[in-house]
Amino acid sequence: MAQRLRVRYAKRGRLRFTSHRDISRAVERAVRRADIPVAYSAGFSPHPKISYAGAAPTGVASEAEYLEIGVTRPCDPHRLRADLDASLPPGLDVLDVVEARDSGLADRLEGSMWELLLPGVDPEVAAKAVEEFVAADRVEVERLTKKGLRRFDAREAVLSLTVQDGPERAAGQEPDRLCVILRMVVRHATPAVRPDDVLTGLRLVAGLAPLSPPEVTRLAQGPLDATTGEPADPFDFDRVGGDR
Amino acid sequence: MSVESLFPRLEPLLPKVQKPIQYVGGELNSTVKDWDEASVRWALMYPDAYEIGLPNQGVQILYEILNELPDTMAERTYAVWPDLEALMRSEGVPQFTVDAHRPVRAFDVLGVSFSTELGYTNLLTALDLAGIPLDAVDRTDEDPIVLAGGHAAFNPEPIADFLDAAVLGDGEQIAIAISEVIREWKEEGSPGGRDEVLMRLASTGGVYVPKFYDVEYHPDGRIMRVVPNRPGVPSRIFKHTVMDLDEWPYPKKPLVPLAETVHERFSVEIFRGCTRGCRFCQAGMITRPVRERSITTIGDMVENGIRESGFNEVGLLSLSSADHSEIGDVAKGLADRYEGTNTSLSLPSTRVDAFNIDLANEFSRNGRRSGLTFAPEGGSERMRKVINKMVTEEDLIRTVTTAYSQGWRQVKLYFMCGLPTEEDVDVLGIADLAKKVIQAGRDATGSKDVRCTVSIGGFVPKPHTPFQWAAQCDHETVDRRLRELRDALRGDKEYGRAIGYRYHDGKPSIVEGLLSRGDRRVGRVLRAVWEDGGRFDGWSEHFSYERWMRAAEKALAGEPVDVEWYTTREREEHEVLPWDHLDAGLDREWLWQDWQDANSDVEVEDCRWTPCYDCGVCPTMGTEIQIGPTGKKLLPLTVV
Ligand code: B12
Ligand code: SF4
Repeated sequence: MAQRLRVRYAKRGRLRFTSHRDISRAVERAVRRADIPVAYSAGFSPHPKISYAGAAPTGVASEAEYLEIGVTRPCDPHRLRADLDASLPPGLDVLDVVEARDSGLADRLEGSMWELLLPGVDPEVAAKAVEEFVAADRVEVERLTKKGLRRFDAREAVLSLTVQDGPERAAGQEPDRLCVILRMVVRHATPAVRPDDVLTGLRLVAGLAPLSPPEVTRLAQGPLDATTGEPADPFDFDRVGGDR
Repeated sequence: MSVESLFPRLEPLLPKVQKPIQYVGGELNSTVKDWDEASVRWALMYPDAYEIGLPNQGVQILYEILNELPDTMAERTYAVWPDLEALMRSEGVPQFTVDAHRPVRAFDVLGVSFSTELGYTNLLTALDLAGIPLDAVDRTDEDPIVLAGGHAAFNPEPIADFLDAAVLGDGEQIAIAISEVIREWKEEGSPGGRDEVLMRLASTGGVYVPKFYDVEYHPDGRIMRVVPNRPGVPSRIFKHTVMDLDEWPYPKKPLVPLAETVHERFSVEIFRGCTRGCRFCQAGMITRPVRERSITTIGDMVENGIRESGFNEVGLLSLSSADHSEIGDVAKGLADRYEGTNTSLSLPSTRVDAFNIDLANEFSRNGRRSGLTFAPEGGSERMRKVINKMVTEEDLIRTVTTAYSQGWRQVKLYFMCGLPTEEDVDVLGIADLAKKVIQAGRDATGSKDVRCTVSIGGFVPKPHTPFQWAAQCDHETVDRRLRELRDALRGDKEYGRAIGYRYHDGKPSIVEGLLSRGDRRVGRVLRAVWEDGGRFDGWSEHFSYERWMRAAEKALAGEPVDVEWYTTREREEHEVLPWDHLDAGLDREWLWQDWQDANSDVEVEDCRWTPCYDCGVCPTMGTEIQIGPTGKKLLPLTVV
């Protein structure tokens, strides 16, 4: 393997309904179509060397998904960005590509910023629910995971949670129906606290219940900046050169 | 009249259903055309789940060809799963296309592709969700023309009431012709409404419009005759045959889904038709004659398809792929070309001979030699003569010996149960055969690490085959024979553990039999099943035999016919069969003679090699066998 390239991509609009497996199939095919010299694992059924870091769940849109591609000869990141983007279906959009300087991408993804669009929710009710959630020490929620029903705290990992200004209208809703936008920064932990866990928490502490399924988008993912309290760009390290 | 996207109304429902990605469209190489710029608009449907329907080549080809016409557009729609169906009903969202999420009812044509009869109930769901009246006679000028195609359309009588039209055979040219007729009629201001355009289509003799024909019955329930009920309608309807497949190298832009589907590969049809003459095989009979694609076109299509799709697997598709006159060169040429590119090749072939193994070896050059499939179909030598599958036990043992000794560890054998004249011993013979296969493998490899799987399902007599007159075996007998076979395999100390056994039980075959050889009266049964919740009959978790039998009893009450009459009853030579007015080119007397020959174990040759026009297809349809060899080879691709 000559080089590893890190890719930031978005999952937008109707393509938010892709699952992680759907995306990996789409990326593998796009890599082949774009003639990217991807490296393969050895053995009877060789796999292309493409790895994914912390993928957003099915149904959740994202502006900040990350993957890494191993290639057999050096590639220009700008060219690869354009080629891969052109080969992926619209809605899976390549935003940024850098050459990897180390192997620590996954570790650098410490937290995410999420935006949640809640249709049919009164802004005042939302503000009050957020206030109660933030004031609580612990908010126990349950979620069905692959290992069965798990119970865990959804409060501690939430570093900030706010109601955005200005009423917006959700796509596909009747024009006169209001919706509320929440924004939050969540630290990646085990078990992972996902946006729907926070929503469950809001329902438990304050009875907040959107009329139809919320539209959730990951806005950013990266190392948590101590001063802003928000995720920074995880590629900063690769770009400035780090300590080679 | 412009049509708005239903997506904003569908979107809030998607987070609540399984695998929402199958409903959003946006596949690579899919096409969305401007509604107002097209004068003829087709919605094409594969009446099963997206994961089954998307890979279907028939729909992909028609979609591409129609969209290439400047004034025609085509979108696709599939059966929605019951979870989304319920939400669509409660929220009032109609059946939609996945391309631009337009309402199906707004299109001019709803073209439905039936590879099998098991999609019929899903047609009714789609019509109902679309807001299209189920009965063709209730439709108005606001409704699309509901048009069926695909193999099952060779007997569309059970769905005749729900169809405006049906087409037999290859769809490429007739779809374009139909589009043209509709365009002209619309340009003239749609004179005479839908009956006029249906009349224009019917009068060509290439489009069947069921409501222009009346079926008259004898008091005992048999059909007396099927006659046109208005002037200008021909008494017979002919199938369509595309000659020169090299002129039609589709799909050029294969659809690449985001959702996972049953076939994640690029498929190229290497020929159409099959003349081996297996008597049970409807596909072989109705797609005659054999028409090959040349080795060079196959090579070009593979190259283009991989580039356009990014698939890492290529399938060479046909009814009997190893029979292509230059398959050896095709296999070697492709294997050479793609060596070291992580592109795998597959050739679905079940021929019982050493050549087939050579091909499989070529295609598994860099991979594991896991499993090979052979289809003797009949358990005993006598049975195989009856069905005209000319494979002797010696052939089979010789072939599997070669396979095992060349490193293949697993052999799969396909059989049918309930074939005409079959007796218990014919099915139990499969156990002996399987044991001999294992023994041959052990002898060849000196190891006990060889396996064989027996796969067996119930035989269903099909229209336009020599077995169209045969009595279908009842499900009790089929199930009993399958059980006895299982016991004979499992109970064997020496070989039992080396032999796997998979079977389909007999009840679904009875329903398939009812639909295959049914007439218009069966449409009532179909509707009753659907009203009772029948959906997705090809899926065992949705299929209910009891529901079908309940519905049949109700719907056929007062008629001299019942399920047994349609299935387990043998027909006599001159009985009018429901599909007799639909012409696949096969000479009825030849089929009858072949049925007689079957009963006396007489075999028939493959007409590809020995000039023979006995089946009648070529003279009737004005077609010819088209085969190589061309003598050409595939050249290596230049590396850029
Ligand atoms: C790939 C394949 C599958 C795949 C993918 C299914 C799919 N969606 O294609 C899988 C494995 C899932 C499958 C499953 C089954 N299959 Co299958 N399958 C095939 C295969 C190998 C290729 C299909 C194909 O793409 N053909 C090529 C295209 C171009 O042909 P076509 O679809 O017939 O379309 C042309 C015309 O018919 C016509 N046309 C078709 N639709 C329409 C519609 C309109 C409006 C018009 C005008 C024209 C038109 O125009 C097209 C272009 O000329 C065929 C064998 C073969 N070589 O055809 C069997 C075949 C179609 N399958 C068959 C069967 C029996 C089944 C199953 C019932 C098996 C089972 N017991 O489970 C299931 C049912 C699946 C379902 N629920 O629909 C049989 C049908 C038997 C028959 N009566 O002829 C075939 C013929 C195999 C055989 N040798 O018997 N199958
Ligand atoms: S080989 Fe026999 S079973 Fe196969 S397609 Fe040809 S006729 Fe049908």
